[in-house]
Amino acid sequence: MNTRGLRSQLKDSVPVTGMGPQVGAYGVQDTLRSGFSSVKNELLPSHALELSEKNFQLNQDKINFSNLRNIQGLHAPLKLQMEYRAARQIQRLPFLQSSHLALDTLKGNDESISFEDILNDPAQSEMMGEPHVMVEYKLGMM
Amino acid sequence: MALSNVVETPASGFNFENVCRNVALEGLLQGGQTKAPKPMKTGTTIAGVLCKNGVVLGADTRATSGEVVADKMCAKIHYISPNIYCCGAGTAADTEKTTDLLSSNLTIFSMNSGRNPRVVMAVNILQDMLFRYRGQIGASLILGGVDCTGNHLYKVGPYGSIDNVPYLAMGSGDLAALGILEDRFKANMEMEEAKELVRDAIHSGIMSDLGSGNNIDICVITKQGVDYIRPYQESEYKDKRQRRYKYRPGTTSILTEKIVPLELEVVQETVQRMDTA
Repeated sequence: MNTRGLRSQLKDSVPVTGMGPQVGAYGVQDTLRSGFSSVKNELLPSHALELSEKNFQLNQDKINFSNLRNIQGLHAPLKLQMEYRAARQIQRLPFLQSSHLALDTLKGNDESISFEDILNDPAQSEMMGEPHVMVEYKLGMM
Repeated sequence: MALSNVVETPASGFNFENVCRNVALEGLLQGGQTKAPKPMKTGTTIAGVLCKNGVVLGADTRATSGEVVADKMCAKIHYISPNIYCCGAGTAADTEKTTDLLSSNLTIFSMNSGRNPRVVMAVNILQDMLFRYRGQIGASLILGGVDCTGNHLYKVGPYGSIDNVPYLAMGSGDLAALGILEDRFKANMEMEEAKELVRDAIHSGIMSDLGSGNNIDICVITKQGVDYIRPYQESEYKDKRQRRYKYRPGTTSILTEKIVPLELEVVQETVQRMDTA
């Protein structure tokens, strides 16, 4: 259940990393794609659910690992996180969409459907980064 | 270095990019004559009753969009699994999508485990989903079903609250329907009596509430199977629109007929041989 032990586990929940300015080419605000900028829009979330949805998966994982640690000891979350880390490395090249099949199977997402699978599917995204630039960025050469 | 070509993977799920724009648009439109279109609601009467051999669910069939009736034959009793059905009140799209998602999740579960899902499982999945979105998904649902543990009737509110009682009503006409249910409900009723009770409850909702109307649908779930009676009772005020405007030949009488032959003369003739080798 999503709310199991919520209060006790969320004292150190994941901090918000901020919305960030929408930079386009040359580091300047991309007015055509993201509209006029304002400091308020960048600092505050505009919708009640925006923050909680952004961090939902991270917070869920934190709660579950916390519970697991309390029940079974430190080894349980450690082993699981090691497996998640290994599964996360099985990806295609940076500019292509990966299926995350191993990660989904480990997390149990392959047996449930939620709004993440229907709305805004990254596999159907209409924008693709330029391959050379994406690979350089990923390897830290940018 | 221009980083315009490094594109981050868009987060899947709900996208909040247009919220600021929508708020600004609302502000602009309020001053003017036009208003933003209202989402279609199923301002509704739905009711459910537990009886001796199963569960009876009932609903009206009107969907409204502001003050206009958007759909006169809306189906508000949604299929969840072969032994569970769900009536939905609130925003029509939200109830539709939420029950669809629930149905898909339960189908996956059935395929994995080889069993029919239990009603409590459906209720828990709904609760988690609706609480996660803090009531922004406007779906008030009445779930009824028969599983290996017996007959169950639950109500789930838009914020994820649940209620487990033998008779329920929800929607804008729920007070009227509850009046009838409170008056005549008895434990362990017979099937026919329960159907009549639900029909009367929905009928009183239709009579007393503007958001409910048109026909009454009834769904009876028992251990043997499901009987989805749509419509159980039709409204007296039928819509007599002629949907097809094709008339049979001879409807219009011919008074006179004049034939003018069109004479053509050959001006130029070219022959091109086709190679059929």
